[in-house]
Amino acid sequence: MKNKLVELVNVSKSFGSTKVLDELCLEVKENEFLTLLGPSGCGKTTTLRIIGGFEKPDSGKVFFDGADITNVPANKRNLNTVFQKYALFGHMTIEENIAFGLKIKNKSDSYIKDKIKYALKLVNLEGFEKRKPTSLSGGQQQRIAIARAIVNEPKVLLLDEPLGALDLKLRQDMQYELMRLKEELGITFIYITHDQEEALTMSDKIIVMNKGYIQQMGTPEDIYNEPENAFVADFIGDSNIIDGIMLEDRLVEILGTKFECVDEGFGRNRPVDVVIRPEDVVLGEEGQGILDGVVTSLIFKGVHYEMEVEANGYEWLVHSTNCHPVGSKVSISVIPFNIQIMHKPESEDEKAVTIDE
Amino acid sequence: MSRKVLTTPYIVWGAAFIILPLFMVLYYGCTGSDGSFTLSNITAMADSVHYKAFWNSVWIALASTLICLVISYPLAYILSKGKHRGSGIVIMLFILPMWINFLLRVLALQVILSKTGILNAILGFFGLPLQKLMYTKGAVLVGMVYDYIPFMILPIYNALCKIDKDVIEAAHDLGASARVTFQKIIIPLSLPGVISGIIMVFIPSISEFVVADILGGSKVLLFGNVIDQEFNVANNWNLGSGLSIVLMIFIFISMAIMNRHASEEGDNMLW
Amino acid sequence: MVKAKSFIEKFYVAFIGFLLYAPLLVLFVCSFNDSKSRTVWGGFTLHWYTDLFQNEEVLSAVRTSLLLTTLAALIATLIGTLACIGMTAMKLRFQKVMEGLSNIPLLNADIVTGVAIMLLFVHFMSLGFTSMLIAHVTLGLPYIILNVMPRFQQLDKNVYEAAQDLGASAVYAFVKVVLPEIIPGILSGFFFAFTVSMDDFVVTYFTKGAGINTISTMLYQQLRRGINPQMYALSTLLFLTILILLGLINHMSATKQKKADREENR
Repeated sequence: MKNKLVELVNVSKSFGSTKVLDELCLEVKENEFLTLLGPSGCGKTTTLRIIGGFEKPDSGKVFFDGADITNVPANKRNLNTVFQKYALFGHMTIEENIAFGLKIKNKSDSYIKDKIKYALKLVNLEGFEKRKPTSLSGGQQQRIAIARAIVNEPKVLLLDEPLGALDLKLRQDMQYELMRLKEELGITFIYITHDQEEALTMSDKIIVMNKGYIQQMGTPEDIYNEPENAFVADFIGDSNIIDGIMLEDRLVEILGTKFECVDEGFGRNRPVDVVIRPEDVVLGEEGQGILDGVVTSLIFKGVHYEMEVEANGYEWLVHSTNCHPVGSKVSISVIPFNIQIMHKPESEDEKAVTIDE
Repeated sequence: MSRKVLTTPYIVWGAAFIILPLFMVLYYGCTGSDGSFTLSNITAMADSVHYKAFWNSVWIALASTLICLVISYPLAYILSKGKHRGSGIVIMLFILPMWINFLLRVLALQVILSKTGILNAILGFFGLPLQKLMYTKGAVLVGMVYDYIPFMILPIYNALCKIDKDVIEAAHDLGASARVTFQKIIIPLSLPGVISGIIMVFIPSISEFVVADILGGSKVLLFGNVIDQEFNVANNWNLGSGLSIVLMIFIFISMAIMNRHASEEGDNMLW
Repeated sequence: MVKAKSFIEKFYVAFIGFLLYAPLLVLFVCSFNDSKSRTVWGGFTLHWYTDLFQNEEVLSAVRTSLLLTTLAALIATLIGTLACIGMTAMKLRFQKVMEGLSNIPLLNADIVTGVAIMLLFVHFMSLGFTSMLIAHVTLGLPYIILNVMPRFQQLDKNVYEAAQDLGASAVYAFVKVVLPEIIPGILSGFFFAFTVSMDDFVVTYFTKGAGINTISTMLYQQLRRGINPQMYALSTLLFLTILILLGLINHMSATKQKKADREENR
């Protein structure tokens, strides 16, 4: 069992009259790649800034390695941040940027020199010592920002949407780069993004946030395959989220048709949300499936076709490698394992509230 | 301790040397020589000397602003689309006189316009009759235009340079002719600069008295001269303050009118 | 057609340039003219210059101007920069009010500003160097705010936080990271405050005490008195000083730019 390294307990934070975080609790284990995922305004950046020491929580505590650091200023915390827009010091050379933290710690010149060399090698930018940040591309600046942070040997690296400003190709390259770095350094990453693909690719654990509450916490597979509520299902990839009634264990009624599923323990005749991923909808010959419908739109997406199928008054989103032209009559079927049943939120409040483990 | 504490010297300074002096003007302006409350210093505007001087000032200020604008806009436009756009060398030449002492510029004009000056010497050379150039309204007008024109050129030039070339190309792309583009795109987008320029020429012109004093002599009496005389010759500070209040109110109203036409960008007044 | 247009444009620019510089050129020529007349060339001389350097009235005005202007610009820079640092911690609405405060003298007529400060001093103290100094600081303040504040607004707030994140204390982070980004604004603010103060006549005229003169007020007295060719010499010298100063500043920023460009191309 790995140690808890960072822990937030009942952290609340408001800006003016807007409550950004409400009684947030989370823990990060040693050597974990944790991602905070959510739409803008969900409180993920505030969470990171509280861990980094740039914001003080209104209430609640922050623990680091077992010690309460709630009131410790940013410059005394043994963790470093990579900022979204890099925040490199424009008037200093790359070398001076990287040496900044080490000089404050009064490290010897030779130590600093070695570290700079090591860090630049790590981020594949050897020989850039004397350059100014403005002469670097976005991706290179990003690497320098990372190098500047890691030479201080922090136990935790906080990354605030570090790839947000890069284009798609570079972003994918940098994702692998970051994963490699994490392996080599063996330190804990707390990563922020609003990009669900990025989160799924890189993380050991994902925390999905919305409106200041944690919606779900789990491995990428858990989050994707078993979303706990409609928000998570909708945010992580495209989904068909349909009102349904749980008739009994392992049987749900959707759009007036009975579907077999694998979920149990919801009781009898309870209203539920049913989530079916578009790639799990299987299209077949008319009359061969569970219900019939008509294709209303067709878009070629490269890896697959994206289709909309009108069936029993619902537009089903379908991803399939088989092409069914618009207007063709098809049947829809879903294997029981791919039907995900979720509780309906009972009140407005609960819509955003975390479902405690 | 909050960083806000650092504003204390500034606030104290502002209160003591910006706000308080204005209240002093208000106090003197609303009292008589015996210290009793009166509005007579302000109603003294009705005196023909005062309001004549006032309208002289308004007239000359409007005229010099208009002349500056008419000369500066084409100049700024030509410069802004030139090769040297943004490099600042050429525009520097046109605003350089701004850094030369105001009185030296007046002196230079005096040398040219006076009875024994260059202009009359040239006229004489061609056998033309000598002209009385100094001590006329025209001389004062020339002086003001010469002194204040850099303040019109610079903001217009800046505003024109700020216009994104893509915007102009987009206008062409959408079928606008060069003329339409100029009327519908360039002029409206440069308007904040024009308004800054107007404010920066009009406000100093309206209260001008040195140019009138030296180039206009006693022939041209502007409102600034009247205030100056009340303070430095007649020693009637109450009347001088009363007239200053009128001037302030007038400036305030004209600024309000201009600012209503200015967009947000207009507030980078100077540079 | 295009050629004609381009010719007219060039001619126009040159013509306006000529009108702007002709009077200054005349002063320049007159300063070497060995004749009091403005139109008769009496031969080349430097004696207006030598006379100028013996003219105690002029020399004392130059000294007063330099001292007054430098002190005023320094004080204004200090107060204004501190204020900007403090203002960054304020809400935007407050910031606007604070900026508005120093803008009052900028927007108000100089004559009213001068008269107002004069009334204050006559009422509570007396006129002299102090009153001039205070008036000049007041004139310079808005230029400091106008030049420094945008620097703070452009500053990436994360840069300051990044320095702290790397272990710097608040003061160290400010000095090492924020200040270098702000300095160009402070310098140009100082420069503007200096030139505005140097050029000011109206406010100085009302707030100066008897027997003390800056270059501006001394020139005013000379101009009213009549022609003194020494003033042509003075104007030529001042013009050259400004030209050299601006040239230096331009050169400095140009070499800096070149250096940056070279970096870029490496």
